[in-house]
Amino acid sequence: MAAEGSSELRKQRPIIEFLRLPSDPSEKPYLAGYRCQVCNAHYLGENRVGCSKCTSTEPLQDVRLSDRGSLYVYSIIHQSVPGVPVPYVSAIVDLPEGVSVRCNLIDVEPDPAKLPFGMPLEMVTRTVRERREKNAEGAEETIEIVAFFFKPSHN
Amino acid sequence: MREVYVLGVGMIKFGRYPDKDVPQLGADAAVLALKDAGMSIKDVEMFVCGNLFQANAMNAQRILQQIGQTGIPALNVANACATGSTAFREAYIGVASGMYDVTLAVGVEQMGKMGLLGGGARSGGESVEGVLGSGLMPAIFGQAGVEHMRKYGTTAEQFAKVAVKNHKHSVHNPLSQYRVEVDLNAVVKGRMVAYPNTLYMCCPTGDGAAAAILVSAEKAKQFTTKPIKVACSILTSDPYTERDLTMPDVNTLTKNAAKQAYEKAGLGPKDLDLVELHDCFATAELLHYENLGLCGEGEAGRMIDEGRTTIGGDIPVNASGGLLSKGHPLGATGVANIYEVVTHLRGQAGGRQVEGAKAGMAHVIGLGSACTIHILTA
Ligand SMILES: [Zn+2]
Repeated sequence: MAAEGSSELRKQRPIIEFLRLPSDPSEKPYLAGYRCQVCNAHYLGENRVGCSKCTSTEPLQDVRLSDRGSLYVYSIIHQSVPGVPVPYVSAIVDLPEGVSVRCNLIDVEPDPAKLPFGMPLEMVTRTVRERREKNAEGAEETIEIVAFFFKPSHN
Repeated sequence: MREVYVLGVGMIKFGRYPDKDVPQLGADAAVLALKDAGMSIKDVEMFVCGNLFQANAMNAQRILQQIGQTGIPALNVANACATGSTAFREAYIGVASGMYDVTLAVGVEQMGKMGLLGGGARSGGESVEGVLGSGLMPAIFGQAGVEHMRKYGTTAEQFAKVAVKNHKHSVHNPLSQYRVEVDLNAVVKGRMVAYPNTLYMCCPTGDGAAAAILVSAEKAKQFTTKPIKVACSILTSDPYTERDLTMPDVNTLTKNAAKQAYEKAGLGPKDLDLVELHDCFATAELLHYENLGLCGEGEAGRMIDEGRTTIGGDIPVNASGGLLSKGHPLGATGVANIYEVVTHLRGQAGGRQVEGAKAGMAHVIGLGSACTIHILTA
């Protein structure tokens, strides 16, 4: 048995479809979206049948959304479902494309006085949990579940 | 369209009924409304039942199996928290269209001890709740409150005053799930759920049912000298707005509904004597003061500070105790609001009566989103 080989089998998987983790390590993770080619409305996430803003049913164009944004609003969550550590900051982040994303804010204190509206933010990714799975060849592998977060941007 | 009147209303005390099921709770409310109208189920020509969590269980038919299988058309609707008011509206349309002279609407829900939190959101098997922010109601209405703070400088204390007022009102409502006065200090210092809403600023969950009998003008005349008129019945969905798909916009569809409601009823906010609005969280109530035109944009904080929405103020809001005290059994809520307004217009609200009430509004919002507004007049 190739002991060192089996423990080396690690893969990353995004927690949600619209977080893209490029296989080329020189490329940064990004959020995927779609753009209406008629009215330029942007949407986060998977492809759509049409544009809910202008009602066009022309095909939408896939876009890579910016990894910078600003804090629109938030809530500080003190009570959650079992297994979720509290308190944490649930935030709505405005991206420059005119689309918003909901996320956890990290590297901030869960204190309204420390959360100025409009604060510049940047996206980062973290492994939030791991799964052991058997791959198609029957070998055990570790799947790192990767999520995105936003944190204060200082540049 | 014909004029429509509410001839009878009924409501059971909201709370917990572990020994009953949804059809039994709904049947209890239906019987109360029929009795109030002076009618029998044999008089009802069409029946709409609103229930959310058992939307596929044929509850309208199962209620008829409890109180009389007369073979009438019966249907079941679901529309999030606006489920009950949507059932009422369908029953309204039945009479307004001229198709029926007597219709019955029941709103009913059994939530047991289900928390406000429900289950966490999932994507392809991976739970994202608490990792990609929170998609649960406390977060959504916390964020909506924080948005109002951002726009207008509203304070956490101003939101807390909503809970103080509604809990104070509830003491006089025998059908309210909770009837306990709470002072401002206790609300502000209460256990934080999702900023800025503390425990007392979040509605409880529970079981409940309410019912209404709707009739044509000719039918109303046969049964009463003091019918309550449905001056308008409005339903809107959420239009496209910038952040709606990420952060449900509870404001725009309510503003749209209010504009249509005032136009249809030929009344303005100043003509209303009371408003029952959707205070699922204390933050929501202040937003809706502005959305319903009870005050100008950005003035809701001052409105609660001045006590204008307390019973005795110029426009009492949630005299019933609101969802915060009365409870929020989702499917029942929209009909219970109608029950409350009708009770005031008849002068039967006892210790919480808004004196001389002639016109009242019932507003409900269901996330996803659906907004209903009914204006009733004596
Ligand atoms: Zn478009």
